[in-house]
Amino acid sequence: MSSQAQPAVAADLRPWTDPDATPFISVKGVSKRFGTFTAVSDVSLDIYRGEVFCLLGGSGCGKTTLLRMLAGFESPTEGKILIDGKDMANVPADRRPTNMMFQSYALFPHMSVEKNVAYGLLREGKSKPEAMDRVAQMLKLVKLEPYAKRKPHQLSGGQRQRVALARALVKQPKVLLLDEPLGALDKKLREETQFELIRIQETLGVTFIVVTHDQEEAMTLATRIGVMTEGEIRQIGEPREIYESPNSRFVADFIGSVNLFEGTVASLNGAQAVVDTADLGPVTTTAPEGVSVGQTVTLAIRPERFALTRAAPAEGTPNTCRAMVRDMGYGGHISSYRLKLGNGRIVSATQSNRLRDEDPIMWDEEISITFPPPVVRVLTR
Amino acid sequence: MRGSWFLPAASFLGFAFLYIPILSLIIYSFNDSQLVTVWGGFSTRWYGELLNDAQILGAAWISLKVGVLSATIATVIGTLAAFVLTRFGRFRGRLLMTGMVTAPLVMPEVLIGLSLLLLFVSMELALGWPSERGMVTVVIAHSTFCAAYVAVIAQSRLRDMDDSLEEAARDLGAGPVRVFFDITLPVIAPALVSGWLLAFTLSLDDLVIASFVSGPGASTLPMVIFSKVRLGVSPDVNALATLIILIVAVAVSVAGWVLYRQSKRG
Repeated sequence: MSSQAQPAVAADLRPWTDPDATPFISVKGVSKRFGTFTAVSDVSLDIYRGEVFCLLGGSGCGKTTLLRMLAGFESPTEGKILIDGKDMANVPADRRPTNMMFQSYALFPHMSVEKNVAYGLLREGKSKPEAMDRVAQMLKLVKLEPYAKRKPHQLSGGQRQRVALARALVKQPKVLLLDEPLGALDKKLREETQFELIRIQETLGVTFIVVTHDQEEAMTLATRIGVMTEGEIRQIGEPREIYESPNSRFVADFIGSVNLFEGTVASLNGAQAVVDTADLGPVTTTAPEGVSVGQTVTLAIRPERFALTRAAPAEGTPNTCRAMVRDMGYGGHISSYRLKLGNGRIVSATQSNRLRDEDPIMWDEEISITFPPPVVRVLTR
Repeated sequence: MRGSWFLPAASFLGFAFLYIPILSLIIYSFNDSQLVTVWGGFSTRWYGELLNDAQILGAAWISLKVGVLSATIATVIGTLAAFVLTRFGRFRGRLLMTGMVTAPLVMPEVLIGLSLLLLFVSMELALGWPSERGMVTVVIAHSTFCAAYVAVIAQSRLRDMDDSLEEAARDLGAGPVRVFFDITLPVIAPALVSGWLLAFTLSLDDLVIASFVSGPGASTLPMVIFSKVRLGVSPDVNALATLIILIVAVAVSVAGWVLYRQSKRG
């Protein structure tokens, strides 16, 4: 396991930025229909070796169906799936180089922890002593050695999750598919387990494909995220890219919270544009390519990007307006505000509480909000 | 309603209605008197006499063999039927088949008995088998209607079972047959045990169907009791009935306990 050399240059860690890199898993134009219902519609994506790729979306968006097609439990109605260059069309689930960790964990209730983990090795034709050796290594990795003889119903939720992980990893699959791996854990355990998952992934160098509805989980775990809705992938990108440069209103709204403002492009000067909005007045920003004067666009501003000040900013500062504080919630590390603009529109803003002895902005104060051009993202769809 | 006298009284009356006849039967089985309705003091002599009654012992042995054989056959057939109905997704006629599997539960026993008798007679004429009616025909008859009960129990267990257990085994490299024997069967085993026990008691209790399809020399215990009672109730029948109640009660409790323990584990 440790024989794999650490990547030497940063580019190796982000193979998707290299147009010549060969993808490890290729999903090409895959659709899945159940009767008249389309669960997955024309999805194409490339996943590279060693990635942690998250499929993120609400329930019923098709992410689990896509994962099940990779595992071989469903076959695509159209399109094909290649893993390590091989077409998976006629390869049944038990012959694929993938293993899956199920949302329900699916531990065999009549087998002890070590028998659960050994099951895959014995099916592979490994001898019993050899299998038990590997099982012991695996249980050590997930820190479950003392529980080898227990039955699944004698374990806590977190322990069951780790048994499921060990069982799915013991055959050293090329790809590990994880369906809501942390979904059944409580918040604190979930945070610990996230980092544990990453540690194990880095130790073994396995490619992970994770399905989740939890955007925080996706952001923390993923090298790249595919945002799905209604069976389609709307955007694929690194977590930062998805958050900072969403390509549509849907993605901007789905990831984190955002304030969206409708407007029309009033003037263009190179890449710099002025957008007229009913809520904020004229907003100076950087326009994406292909935008023309008179076009209707949406401006997206994240709540934490507003600067709130009691004093009006210096004359000539672009992108500023006055607002009334309608509501304020103190959350410890941050405070969240609901601000009422001149025309009655409510926007949300957050401020991080850096100083202990700050004099915080409170209810019913009239303040200035400023949003410098770089924090404003122009969306055309 | 809480704390009122109505609910306790109603349940007491209900249970009394159900169990006083059985209780009186048990009490009279310890009656020393020759006359069934006159109390003549406590005694276990009728139990002793049972042990010397070759006819009753022979019938009990036949009933036991029939029960074990037909419960086993019914468990195999019922499990397969349940597996098909729950695991093959939606196919044409699934609802019809589900209904048909459970129909023997509500069909009058006389009808089942009569139709099986007609089948056996015409089979004997057409195929020469079964050449005479006896234990074999009773076992076949009991297997068919008991299979319906087993199918219902196994079906509900299979439906409760997490589908991903079987998928996980496939994912780990087991073929479909392997999955059935490694995962499905052990997981539903408790339901099959209780199904078997239920089938056994049903077979042990049955009089009507057995009377239709049995032949000379293969009278089951209920058949012998019934013919004895027709000649007048003798006290040893009370003793016998008490023993049968005991066996059935134990089997049903074990079946219930096995199912309960499993449902608690999830």
